[in-house]
Amino acid sequence: MSTPVDDGALIRQIEQLSDQTITDCYQCGGCTAGCPVGEIMEPPPSRAIRLLQLGRVHELLDSQGIWLCASCMVCGNRCPRGVDYAKIAEACRAIKLRAKYSRVDPDTIVIDETEEIPQQAFVAGFRKFAG
Amino acid sequence: MSSATEPKTDQRSGGPRVGVFVCHCGINIAGTVNIPELVKRAGNVPGVVAAADYQYCCSDPGQNLIRETIAKERLDRVVVACCSPTLHEKTFRKTCAAAGLNPFLCEIANIREQCAWVTKDKDEATDKASDIVALTVARATYDAPLVATGVPVKKRALVVGAGIAGIQVSLDIANAGYEVLLVEKEPSVGGHMSQIFATFPSLELGRSILVPKMMEMLASPGIRLMTYSEVEKVSGHIGDFKVRIRRKARYVDPEACTGCGLCVTACPATTKSEFDRNLAERKAIYLLDPQALPGKPVIDPETCFRMRRGECGACAEICPENAVKYDDEDELLEETVGAIVLATGYQLIDQEQIALYGIGRVQDVIDGMGFERLLSATGPTSGEIRRPSDGKVPKKVVFVQCVGSRDQFHGVPYCSKICCMYTAKNALIYKQRVPEGEATVCYIDVRTPGKGAEEFYRAATESGVKYVRGKVSKVFRTADKIVVWSADTLAGEKVELEADMVVLASALVPSRSGVDLARQLKIQIGASGFLAEAHPKLRPVETLTGGFYLAGTCQGPKDILETVVQSSAAAAKVLALFGQDKLYGEPTVALVDAEVCVGCGNCEKTCAYEAVKVDPVLRVAVVTEALCAGCGACAVSCPSGAVSHLNFSKRGYCAAIEEVVK
Repeated sequence: MSTPVDDGALIRQIEQLSDQTITDCYQCGGCTAGCPVGEIMEPPPSRAIRLLQLGRVHELLDSQGIWLCASCMVCGNRCPRGVDYAKIAEACRAIKLRAKYSRVDPDTIVIDETEEIPQQAFVAGFRKFAG
Repeated sequence: MSSATEPKTDQRSGGPRVGVFVCHCGINIAGTVNIPELVKRAGNVPGVVAAADYQYCCSDPGQNLIRETIAKERLDRVVVACCSPTLHEKTFRKTCAAAGLNPFLCEIANIREQCAWVTKDKDEATDKASDIVALTVARATYDAPLVATGVPVKKRALVVGAGIAGIQVSLDIANAGYEVLLVEKEPSVGGHMSQIFATFPSLELGRSILVPKMMEMLASPGIRLMTYSEVEKVSGHIGDFKVRIRRKARYVDPEACTGCGLCVTACPATTKSEFDRNLAERKAIYLLDPQALPGKPVIDPETCFRMRRGECGACAEICPENAVKYDDEDELLEETVGAIVLATGYQLIDQEQIALYGIGRVQDVIDGMGFERLLSATGPTSGEIRRPSDGKVPKKVVFVQCVGSRDQFHGVPYCSKICCMYTAKNALIYKQRVPEGEATVCYIDVRTPGKGAEEFYRAATESGVKYVRGKVSKVFRTADKIVVWSADTLAGEKVELEADMVVLASALVPSRSGVDLARQLKIQIGASGFLAEAHPKLRPVETLTGGFYLAGTCQGPKDILETVVQSSAAAAKVLALFGQDKLYGEPTVALVDAEVCVGCGNCEKTCAYEAVKVDPVLRVAVVTEALCAGCGACAVSCPSGAVSHLNFSKRGYCAAIEEVVK
């Protein structure tokens, strides 16, 4: 990533895109507790927000965790402070995608595999994972 | 009736002699307002015969200056230009009274909060201060020398609620020699403390420390206890309240009953016991607990077979004393008291609101109070820790903190204060009783205020209780185990815990019947839902309504220690009231000119204090001075100008406005 923005502005951009206030989080861990992929998401939701609170935004943007979020919304639904991590993850993905980053490169998909995958999944997948 | 009358002639003929005293208030006023200029201008206001200034008028030398000037210049009005009247109006009124001038001929011109503190430009501030002084002088010339009339104080207290708070308040007041009426809605006393097994941090048994207090209360000649009774209506005012109390039908004559308990064994009708958090059943004729005091049962008409469908008479048949009275009725009593203390306590948050934690849905998920009942010898499991579903001893117990607390979206925004400590206590006791068992506490913080509390928490961890930092998100069952989804934020991971039993530390909310009563009495309820104290730091046991005091958890979550402290404090306030034979309120009350009043009732509709009502016989409005708060709303609402607000007269305000606009 070579966009020359300072980290403070980047965090503000994440807050603006997601309409969430990072400082509201009091690190209770409830989001991680309810996340269906919480065991494999790295960083899991509460630690992801902690990274943002500490200004370590690039670590989060470069992580695998933000791409694993299925937007099931349990995190935001259960949060005692009303912070919706699913939206924050979405904002992080948007920043990456707008900079032409692709989590999944269409060119790397092998033809044989495509016969198993429904068309709708392709469309959704490209929208979510390809810049 | 007030002994003051509205001046009907223009005070200015003959001339008032007003003294103006400008306070520097250090640099608070002098830093922004040009004091010498203000004094000069004040001296030119019509009616002013003396104008002076001083560094701190509220100080002894400052007050001396005012007193000396009153004597020297024969002042008949005093205006002190200083801070807000909330701070020193009383001070300066006392000063004037000491100099022989009626205190209500002293007015405050607020040139600090309303001028110096909010104006940047010095010239603007001086101009504004000078206007404020001039208009206050004008209004003061229409002040009358009011005299406060005293209302007698009935030295008898009503205490609503006989938990530990109500008991402590009653003891303190009765021990000082006054009569107390202690009203409790349940059939026996002790409140939630009688449900608790052990207390933190000493682990003294709840009953052990509560029973001596209960016995002292029951034996006290000054305390008249009315159980199974509720306050229905209160009218009147501080020093003279008329209270209507409903004594609910017990269907058992408490005088004849010996408390043998045969009726309870004979009764066929059962229902869930709220005392045991629905973990056990009780009969229709019941005591809350075998050790309840007074130990006289009552019949619950909702559950009783005879009262619902006319069958059965088992209790009456078996009673050797003929104490069962099926034809019993509610009784209404009217009592007069001078002070009322609300000690209506708390309840746990509704289970529906915390359903996601599994209570009411997943077997063997109980709340903290339920766990206390399991530990209690008179509880559902005779004091053994056994889970509700199959009676087995749980080998893995997960304690969940912050259930419904600290969460405005799924419960209440505040912290319930006692759960960290009682969870540590319950987990510690579990480890003592089931040493091979696993106890895990899921927490966000561990709050341990007070003596011995942090040390106690450490003891809990040393006994083997595991603390995992994460808020629980899901509780469900698979086969024979309960699964708890939580997190370990310190390790940065999601965790899944298995449990045989889950104990929830549910949020505390104020007791519903207490809140209903407060609403009816127009006692303020705070944003948190608890009854509101007059000031959160400096007046924690009074309410904004004179004569009503608060004690215990009805005012906010707190432990037994804090409850006892607050209860004694509330009693002290009541005793301060009872130390006076007459109560003198401010005489700046409403006054109705009966010759002008047409009885339209607008004032009655406007008054928030029920202090002015149209008398049905006289057909004009009459003010009850003791209830009047001196707000002036009625005077504003009166279409014919019959109601005036003493020393806040229309003529005074018109004169004030004229001074400003000229």
